[in-house]
Amino acid sequence: MRNQANAPMAEQFETLEQQEEVSRLGMWAFLATEVMFFGGLFMAYTVYRHAYPHAFAIASKHTNLLYGTVNTAILLTSSLWMAFAVHAASEGNRKLLVRYLLLTILFAFGFLGVKALEYRQDFLEHLIPGRDFAVPEAPKSEIFFYLYWAMTGLHGLHVLIGIGLLSVIAWMSSRGRFSEKYYNPVEVSGLYWHFVDIVWIFLYPLLYLIDRHV
Amino acid sequence: MSSATISKKSYLLVWAALMVLLGATWGVAELNLGAANTILALIIAVIKMGLVIFFFMHVRYNNRLTWIFAGAGFVWFWIMVSLTMTDYLTRGWLRAQDASISYWQEGAPTPPPGGNPGDVNTTKSNR
Repeated sequence: MRNQANAPMAEQFETLEQQEEVSRLGMWAFLATEVMFFGGLFMAYTVYRHAYPHAFAIASKHTNLLYGTVNTAILLTSSLWMAFAVHAASEGNRKLLVRYLLLTILFAFGFLGVKALEYRQDFLEHLIPGRDFAVPEAPKSEIFFYLYWAMTGLHGLHVLIGIGLLSVIAWMSSRGRFSEKYYNPVEVSGLYWHFVDIVWIFLYPLLYLIDRHV
Repeated sequence: MSSATISKKSYLLVWAALMVLLGATWGVAELNLGAANTILALIIAVIKMGLVIFFFMHVRYNNRLTWIFAGAGFVWFWIMVSLTMTDYLTRGWLRAQDASISYWQEGAPTPPPGGNPGDVNTTKSNR
């Protein structure tokens, strides 16, 4: 069944509210699998940081704290735009909805841009595990950087997927597919976007701020 | 619908709180508090997560079933971390001399003369 604004309810549902609740719970169930997905990496991080605390602290000082902090602010702000977008959708304000979605996407690109600058610097400083790895005072910090690349890489992939998802939602919004009665896809995509934000909230102190005093 | 219950002003306040907490994360990290640094950083991160989940993601205004769905992943993650760390944190408590048990605290046992079979470079330090 097509999700037209005047007939947005799929036939298996009794009411719009029921459809809303089902899709919201569906997204939360998916996000629970995402917690498990990232959870494996956070678990590995915990085990190795416990095993090599000193090497992790030294490695962490090699990351670029300024880029990390700026990116946290960018991502938190993009979440604000997303919340505004859902708010505009709930008022049936199509123009504002599209505008806030585009702002969210713009900030997501900003995040990836800063990340690209940071990756470039990491690359030039030989912070990639392997033969040329350049933290001689703590060889075990290589493990930190395995996790750094894997975790920020996986998170970056989620940002990229989020950009794709929100672009589709923005396009649908501009075509008038949503109304104040039916904007569930906007809200559910917002849940995904905020989740990506939450992952970064934890990556920021765990990667950039382990111990500033070693 | 549920999300309309939050005004734009409230969203702005939540965002401002998140920014203040971001500054606090950095600021606290610059103080030398030893092990408390990590604990404080994680507490602040959990507060930030709570703000995002309850307000940006509207869970505060959703029904209890949504609360369960939203909490399930984190509860199971917590079970995984605590069960795994009860192992790693307590290794070597009882039989610290046993090399196979204290590996994580002490590093690898010293290799036999001539090195372990298959080692490429036995002179390289392990730490």
